[in-house]
Amino acid sequence: MPPSNHNVDFLLVQMTESLRKLIQDKNLENPLFIGIRTGGIWIADKLHKNLAIEAPMGTLDISFYRDDFTRVGLDPKVQPSNLPSSTQDRHIILIDDVVKTGRTIRAALNELFDYGRPASVSLVALLDLGCRELPISADIVGSCINLNSEQQIKLIGPEPLALEISQRQGSELT
Amino acid sequence: MIKITNGRLIDPINDLDTVTDVYIANSKIVGIGKPPKGFQATAEIEASHKIVCPGFIDLSTHLREPGFTQKATIASETMAAASAGITTLVCPPTTKPVIDSTAVAELIQDRAKASAKARVLPVGALTVGLKGEQLAPMAALTHSGCIAFSNARVTIENSQTLLRCLEYAATHDFLVIFNPQDNSLVANGVIHEGITSSDMGLIGIPESAETIEVARCLILIEQSGVRAHFGQLSCKRSIDMISEARHKGLNVSADVAIHHLFFTDQNATGFNSIFHLQPPLRSDLDRKGLLNALKKGDIQAVCSDHQPHEDAAKHAPFAATEPGVSGLETLLPLGLQLVEQGFISLSVLIAKLTCDPAAILKIEAGSLAVGATADVTIFDPNKAWLVSESSLLSAGKNSIFIGSELKGKVSHTLLGGEVVFESP
Amino acid sequence: MIQSIDHNSSQLNNNGQLKHFLTTQDLPLNILNEILDTANSFLDMSSQQVKKVPLLRGKTVVNLFFEPSTRTSSTFELAAKRLSADILNLNISSSSTSKGESLKDTLMTLEAMHADMFVVRHPDSGAAHFIANHVTPNIAVINAGDGCHAHPTQAMLDMLTIKRCKGKFEGLIVAIVGDILHSRVARSQIHALNCLGVAEIRVIAPKTLLPKNIEAMGVKIFTNFEQGIKNCDVVGMLRLQKERMNSALLPSESEFFKLYGLNSEKLKLAKPDAIVMHPGPINRGVEIESAVADGPQSTILQQVTNGIAVRMAVMSMAITGQLNHSISKR
Repeated sequence: MPPSNHNVDFLLVQMTESLRKLIQDKNLENPLFIGIRTGGIWIADKLHKNLAIEAPMGTLDISFYRDDFTRVGLDPKVQPSNLPSSTQDRHIILIDDVVKTGRTIRAALNELFDYGRPASVSLVALLDLGCRELPISADIVGSCINLNSEQQIKLIGPEPLALEISQRQGSELT
Repeated sequence: MIKITNGRLIDPINDLDTVTDVYIANSKIVGIGKPPKGFQATAEIEASHKIVCPGFIDLSTHLREPGFTQKATIASETMAAASAGITTLVCPPTTKPVIDSTAVAELIQDRAKASAKARVLPVGALTVGLKGEQLAPMAALTHSGCIAFSNARVTIENSQTLLRCLEYAATHDFLVIFNPQDNSLVANGVIHEGITSSDMGLIGIPESAETIEVARCLILIEQSGVRAHFGQLSCKRSIDMISEARHKGLNVSADVAIHHLFFTDQNATGFNSIFHLQPPLRSDLDRKGLLNALKKGDIQAVCSDHQPHEDAAKHAPFAATEPGVSGLETLLPLGLQLVEQGFISLSVLIAKLTCDPAAILKIEAGSLAVGATADVTIFDPNKAWLVSESSLLSAGKNSIFIGSELKGKVSHTLLGGEVVFESP
Repeated sequence: MIQSIDHNSSQLNNNGQLKHFLTTQDLPLNILNEILDTANSFLDMSSQQVKKVPLLRGKTVVNLFFEPSTRTSSTFELAAKRLSADILNLNISSSSTSKGESLKDTLMTLEAMHADMFVVRHPDSGAAHFIANHVTPNIAVINAGDGCHAHPTQAMLDMLTIKRCKGKFEGLIVAIVGDILHSRVARSQIHALNCLGVAEIRVIAPKTLLPKNIEAMGVKIFTNFEQGIKNCDVVGMLRLQKERMNSALLPSESEFFKLYGLNSEKLKLAKPDAIVMHPGPINRGVEIESAVADGPQSTILQQVTNGIAVRMAVMSMAITGQLNHSISKR
């Protein structure tokens, strides 16, 4: 049995409640849930269902907006982003699995703004690993985790969702 | 009075290949093996482990003067020739203006005499302006020093005109040199027509562009009785046709430019314009055919077909570059490679560069017999040297071998008994 | 001692990534597939509301056209703009410049503008190679057509069209019809088709329009159209390029159409689901009948859309390759 801060189902329960409260407190009308591929989509899907949101959720692929594409090249497996409606004047709930450097979120924001001007963007992350390189902060975080420099953590899914810690290899943007 | 000591004297016309001394005085050879009475050497050239032979005669060197001095000059190229052991240069009529007037022929020889590094024998134009219409003044040109006549690579379209030119030349026993090319088949071609040209999307020059003209010329040579020589052939088939004619008794000879024995059209893959030549490098079958013909004795001479160019002429997309390689200084090392690879003996190589061209031109040269003019080349066949823009003396740095190391270097060249080159 | 120039030493960087795109010849299969996959992802994107991505933002692309062409230069322009690049169009008529020297001078002037990429179309075969070998090392060169030698982006968009229509390359019989002799498109297509592993490549043309020894490129020659088109999966028509012919290689356009033009009757000899491609612009009634060009088997319009995506792919890959090349050199 993984420790409680690694148990995704457990974290999702907490996050659902926090998100419900956030939407209420901030008066976010008809929020648009958008998950960042790939892990963020799984989390967004769960939250979307848990909160019984009617409006369909969207998926975002940030491959074309990465700031390191010239170093790592284009990922040929990139799929198109799929937003069910315009982002203009919508309250967006942007959801990702892991926030670390903050660069993925920056790329996602850039892409979102190319689709229109949102009324607001709230950020939800399953895990916050610290190590920010940009001033990005999540409004809701499932768990804060500190890894040492050789470790990396990955969300596996879609069913069941679980967190896996392993040794680092390759580059990462998060 | 110069004594050349201990060199290996190879003088094919006189059947000599022996280590001996050579004595020179008053611009002539005065003794072989032992000095003539009263000989006092004022200078001695130590030639141990070196070859001593007659100065080379190059049947095709483009000197670019008058008219193209941005590429090279008579001064620069005769100096390069001297450093390469070449004492006699035959230059084609393709200057600007063309060598169809005595003034141009004399200008060229005056410049050569002024730089005093090598003899230059101009080839006069067969027709005025090389235009293929009106006969050039061949007798006057001969009087001004022209050694032969040619219409270079410009086709004389009208066969009757060509026949008339040959008959006129035959009247006075002038030598006519043919660079056979049918311009309508060459059209805008820049490379041999074959798989390489198809691959690169370059317009090809079919073999027939050369062979059809060789065929036409052979018939007209026979009809006119003119003394004839085919210069710088590229196709095996051309040599076959000429050999057949020779066996039937026709007075005709042939040479190849040495690069055609080493390279093919495939070398140009990747649009390497250093391999843009005219006539074009042909297929490997042709190359092997030419080597075989050389081995069998069906090719009477080998030349450099030296064509120096300025940088800009070679730095452009392939079809926009000018054809030609710089070849004076690599002639000897390449020839030695042919000897090393067993195609010809050293003596035959030297013959193809000395007495055989001399026989074609009917000049007194290419011999080191006592009494002959002392045009002498001394070289070390084993000396390695790096071909580079700085080591080449020619103004044309467009050599295929830049960056390569070649074997065979001239140590001394004597022109009429005077040392015109001594390697540092 | 003397080595022929290897195409890939020009095109690929030390990591095997594309840094110039000059020819499809000798490119490894993984590069061709990367181009196709990347182009596919751009295609999906093009149909979205947001057609633009910031991949080449801040980069300057120069369209260097020494041969006039509104079609090709505007597709490259569109591709560059969709990648958020700045684009400069230069149409240089080569008749007003003496060849060779001015080409080098033109390049030096452009380099002073700090361009990141040249898209080059030139009437001389080998011009793109020449430019790639003579520009400052960090500028990517894309060949938009050089003489009769290569038109690699056209070939790749044709490959993408085949892949999207047929799903795979194995087992396909592909015919290329028309003026092969003067066609840079045909040559690039043949190299790509060979690498991607089609079953058979056929060239269909009269002898006057066939390059010498072309069977050595891995194609089967047919001088009879009806025989050549039998059972084909893909029929690629070439434009009869009047401007390239120096002399009369054909008796007349109408005779050409009769013998080598594609009409509905002849198309029936191919497989029933065969596709018809043409690089455009089409000469109606010369190489292709209107009914076929506008018919259900024609992919001519898809080719245009695919062309933008392929060019976006190649431009992104080349910029990446250039950057990684200069990084690894440090």
